[in-house]
Amino acid sequence: MKEKTIRKSRWMTTIAFIIIIGVTYFSAVITDFNFIEGALTFPAAISWIASNLWITAETWERLPAILTKLNETIFMSIAATTLAAVISLFLGLMGSQTTKVNNIFSVIARFIASFSRNIPVVAWSLILLISFGQNSLTGFLALFVGTLGFLTRAFIETIDEAGHSAVEALQATGATYSHIVSKAVLPQSLPQMLSWILFMIETNIRSATLVGILTGTGIGYTFDMYYKSLNYNAVALVTFTIVITVIIIELISNRIRKVIL
Amino acid sequence: MEAFREKIPLEQLYIKRAKNGKINIKSGNKIDLVTKWTIAVLTLLTVLAFFFFDYTGLSLERAIPETWHNLKTMFLEPSLSHFSWGEAMYQIGVTVGLGVLATVIGAVIALFLSFMAAENLSKPWVSKTVRMVMAFIRAVPTVLWVLIFAIAAGLGSEAAVLGMLFHSIAYLVKAFSEAFEEVDNGILEAMRATGSNWWHIVTHGVLPSTFTYLLSWTFLRFEINFGVAVAMGAAAGAGGIGFELFMASGFYFDLREVGFITYAILIIAIVLEMASTRLKNRYFPASVRN
Repeated sequence: MKEKTIRKSRWMTTIAFIIIIGVTYFSAVITDFNFIEGALTFPAAISWIASNLWITAETWERLPAILTKLNETIFMSIAATTLAAVISLFLGLMGSQTTKVNNIFSVIARFIASFSRNIPVVAWSLILLISFGQNSLTGFLALFVGTLGFLTRAFIETIDEAGHSAVEALQATGATYSHIVSKAVLPQSLPQMLSWILFMIETNIRSATLVGILTGTGIGYTFDMYYKSLNYNAVALVTFTIVITVIIIELISNRIRKVIL
Repeated sequence: MEAFREKIPLEQLYIKRAKNGKINIKSGNKIDLVTKWTIAVLTLLTVLAFFFFDYTGLSLERAIPETWHNLKTMFLEPSLSHFSWGEAMYQIGVTVGLGVLATVIGAVIALFLSFMAAENLSKPWVSKTVRMVMAFIRAVPTVLWVLIFAIAAGLGSEAAVLGMLFHSIAYLVKAFSEAFEEVDNGILEAMRATGSNWWHIVTHGVLPSTFTYLLSWTFLRFEINFGVAVAMGAAAGAGGIGFELFMASGFYFDLREVGFITYAILIIAIVLEMASTRLKNRYFPASVRN
C-alpha cells in the first residue's frame, strides 16, 4: 500500500468514527437515554434477577400447563416455517435469475418477498389479530408471512449461487424446465435451503414468544399472564423452558447441518 | 481391470441393485438420507400441528374477507388522526435511536468479548465459556430480556436498550470472533516472532485486516435492531413507532393510521435493506455472504 492510500483510509476511519459518535449522541438525546443510569441499571437488574427469578417447588406444578402452551408454540413455528418454505420454493424459482420463467414473474416474486419481509412480524400479528381473533391461527399466519419473505430471499440467493453451468448443460441436452429444476437446481441447492429452513425454525420459536405476547397465544401469552400477575417464579420457569427448547432445537439443527452441508 | 477381477470372486464384488436390476447409485449416501428424513419429519410435524392448534373464536369465512377489507383500508387509504406528521417523525426517530444505541454499545462490548471468544487470540477455556454464555443469551427471546429488565429498571429507554443489547452482543460476538479466526495465522506468528505482546497483535495484526468487515456486520445488526426496536415498542412499552402501532391497532382500531405507520416502517426497512445488500456485495466474500 502506498503511503497516500494509508493516510486516506486513516482519514476515512476517523470520519466514520466521528459520524458514529455523533449519531449515538443524537440517539441518546432523542430516546432520553442516560448512559450513566443505563450502566447503573445493569448491576441492579442482574441482582434483581439473581434474587427473584428462581424456580420454586410450587411453580413446578404449573409445568404441565406451560408445556402444553410451549408445545403449541413449537408446532406453530414448525408449521409456519415448513408451509412458508413450500411457497418460497416456488417464489424462489420464479425470482432467481437462473430459473425465472419471465421477467414479470421474477419482479412479482421479489416484490412479494420484499413486502412481506420488511413489514415487521409485529405489524402482521396486530393486523391479523383484528379479524382472526385470539387463537393459534393468528400467530401461525403472522409467522408464516414473515418467514415467507425471508425464505424467498434466501432461496433466490441460494439458487443464484448454485451456478449456471449445470442448468446450461441440461438445456443443451434439450431438457424441459421441470427436468432442469428437479435434476440440476434442486439437488444443488437443497442442502443450503434446508439449512435456511432449520435456521428459520429456530428464529421463529423466539419470534413466536413475541407474537404470542401480542396476540395472546402460545407460550408468549403464558409468559405475559404470569408477568402481569407478578408471579416471577413462574416467569423464571417459562423462560427456562423456552431456553431449553431453543438450545435443543439448535443442537439438532447443527447436527443435521454438519451432515448435509 | 481383468487382473483385479480375478483376485476377487464375483460374489464379493457386491453391487447393490434395485428390483429391476438397475445399479443403485444412491445407496450409502448419508447426506441424501438425512435430507429425506428431515423433510419427512418436518412434513409430519406440520400436519400434526394443525391438530394441536387452539381454534377458539375462529370463523374463517368471516375472518378472511374481513382481513382482506382491513388490508385494503390500511394500504390504500393511509392517514394520521391521533398524532401529527411531526410527532410521527419524532416517534420514528425514537425507534431508530433505540436501534442505534443497542447496536453501537453492543458492538463496543462485543468487540472485547470476541477477543476472548476467538480461539486464536485467547485460551481454550475462556473461549468456550464466552461461547456458552452467548448461546444461553441468544436462547432467551429479546422481548423476555426487555420485559425482565423493565421490572428492575422501570419502563423506559434504559430497559429497552439493555434488553436489546444482550442479543446484539451475542450476535456480534459470534460474527466478530469468526472474522478474527479467519485472520491468516502467518500474520499472528510473524508478530509473535518479533516479540509483540497480545495488545500489539490485536491492534496491528488483527483489527486492520478485519475492520471493514466488523463495520459491515455491525450495520447488518443495525438493520435487525430496527425491527427489534419496533417490536419492543409494541410488546414491551419501549416507546417509539412500535408503541404507536400497538395503540392504533389495539386501542383506537384506526386502520388508516395502522396503514400509515406500516408504510413508514416499510420505507425505513427497505432503505436499510438496500444499504446492507450493497455493503454485503462490496465487503463480504461470497462464501460468508449469508
